[in-house]
Amino acid sequence: MLDNQLSLAPMPPLIIDQAAFSKGLLDAQMPTPEDVVGPAKGKKANKRYNVYRNNVIVGLTESLMATYPVVHQLVGDEFFRAMTPVYVRHTPPVCAMLAEYGQDYPDFLQGFEPVADVPYLPDVARLEQAWLQSYHSADAVALDPAALQSVPQEQLGDLVFSFHPACRLIRSDYPIHSIWAAHKQDDPAAHMAEIIVRPEDVLITRPGLEITVIALPEGGGAFIAALMAGKSLADAAQEAADHNPAFDLAQNLGGLLETGALHSLNVA
Amino acid sequence: MTSNNPMSVLAPKPIPARAGVGLKAEHYQTILETNPDIGWFEVHPENYMGAGGPPLHYLREIAERYPLSLHGVAASIGADQPLRQDHIDRLKDLNTRYKPGLFSEHLAWSSHDELFFNDLLPVPYREDSLERVIEHVDQLQSHLGRQILIENPSVYVAFASSTMTEIAFLEKLVEKTQCGLLLDVNNVYVSATNQNYDPVAYLDAFPIEHVGEIHLAGFARDEDDEGEILLIDSHDAHVADAVWDLFDHALVRSGPVPTLVEWDANIPTWDVLFAEAMRAEDKLKAAAKHQEIRHAG
Amino acid sequence: MSKKSFSAAVIAGAVATVVSAGALTTVSTTGAHAAEMEKCYGVALKGENDCAAGPGTTCKGTSTVDYQGNAWKLVKKGTCTTMKTPNGMGSLEPIKS
Repeated sequence: MLDNQLSLAPMPPLIIDQAAFSKGLLDAQMPTPEDVVGPAKGKKANKRYNVYRNNVIVGLTESLMATYPVVHQLVGDEFFRAMTPVYVRHTPPVCAMLAEYGQDYPDFLQGFEPVADVPYLPDVARLEQAWLQSYHSADAVALDPAALQSVPQEQLGDLVFSFHPACRLIRSDYPIHSIWAAHKQDDPAAHMAEIIVRPEDVLITRPGLEITVIALPEGGGAFIAALMAGKSLADAAQEAADHNPAFDLAQNLGGLLETGALHSLNVA
Repeated sequence: MTSNNPMSVLAPKPIPARAGVGLKAEHYQTILETNPDIGWFEVHPENYMGAGGPPLHYLREIAERYPLSLHGVAASIGADQPLRQDHIDRLKDLNTRYKPGLFSEHLAWSSHDELFFNDLLPVPYREDSLERVIEHVDQLQSHLGRQILIENPSVYVAFASSTMTEIAFLEKLVEKTQCGLLLDVNNVYVSATNQNYDPVAYLDAFPIEHVGEIHLAGFARDEDDEGEILLIDSHDAHVADAVWDLFDHALVRSGPVPTLVEWDANIPTWDVLFAEAMRAEDKLKAAAKHQEIRHAG
Repeated sequence: MSKKSFSAAVIAGAVATVVSAGALTTVSTTGAHAAEMEKCYGVALKGENDCAAGPGTTCKGTSTVDYQGNAWKLVKKGTCTTMKTPNGMGSLEPIKS
């Protein structure tokens, strides 16, 4: 095995080893750390040290590929594997829970010039991030619609709702639901070619184990955003109708109840 | 969803000396629908630290039916910095809730400063690093209130400053902390190939009486700067014939020990994974028979 | 433009419509059916839970090499190039509502 016991040099403190070793993992320009050797004296260990570099950079890139599968498909494998290490090197994880890694990857995409010609990419990534958050969020009971019946009529407008912990809203100037859904079917390219360019707001709910991803009807995004901000039912409905006159309160409130987006209600 | 609270505490189930597999999300449904006759499952606790949702639900359903082992990859016990309190608190929480039959970690480090590298990085085999690993294993064992197993790593490099062999390092670690060992036979083969030593001699010198679990997995083939074979512990293929042979060799000394098949990339169908585990199980049965004969004789 | 106004009566009417709808008397804890929802509440897509469970740690290494491709010079070969837009393939301007 090893025959370095005869070295007379003073033993370097461990802290130097790991600082140098870790720095080089993210920076390919750094030389192989001095203490790192091959199986025998004098053998080069550059490719050996690179195994760790690959494990880190490729491993984290593939982790983001699992979080952002549609972004991966949209730009293609080769492009994704060239682009994502730029993010990984700049923003390595700070926690071992990889499901929490890459929450600001959509912001990175927003500022990454080579994808500026795919302007919907950051919002598609936001949808995928929201999906993963919903998947891992706390379990809770969805609001029973019958709870509304016990509220006196004159107080209905003052109702405020708390949302289910697995519920997320993503609003976009682009048809991100259509784009996302195209990639959950066979032949995404064919579905992509059919998409009408328009804004889409997306609601993600998971009242039990299954996630539902919904493209909201007119005014739905504004309505939910207002409710999420703590506005009353009457104020949120007003905002939604101001935003889009076609807003239908019964349809949207019914949808929120039906999809398990809400958790509880209170009179403001 | 069942009425079971995914946060409630499970009854402990010891891990039998049978074959198990690493649990993958791809197989949750098949396992719950077909109840395969397999000895146990193992998961990485880091993947079950979320607040709720399908991962915790399925893990609970499966842990109610099968013995469960937790195999950490991120405690970073080989680090030259203190263990992260938030991480070991989460490990403790999972250990309390799932009461796993075995709890293991790696002889490696994966964090430095605030960063997590998501890889098992190598430790030089020296007195100062040994001291730190002992400290960290002591700390983790007392925090969890249980013995843990430490796994021998797959290594791709050596350190010029190392002063002892991997086995000497592990022996001292066991002696000082009373931890157990997880013998990864694939890692033995990968490291021995990469570092030019004899894997059989390594197994013969391994403190086998402290082994509480064995791992098997597939590797990938690469080459180093000098064009020599460099094996990568990729967990993406069948267990290699050479590794099955080493497993046989280890079982002669160890007798039947809980044995896990790890398959983490290019994940096969359940049937393929199950068949791989059954191949290990047959060898465990043969080892048990062999032991009976020896005891009778 | 005439603004809709949400008086107590309008809201009570909407709530009455909602709670009287048969589908809502019980909310399934596994979510409503996509087909039902499409009729009344946008376009829904669900499932995918088990084949796309997101990222996780493993204790494996990789034999894939980070070849350090240059994203500034690479051509995208994914599905973004198939979306026809007013501005050509793969690019579009937002239409503000």
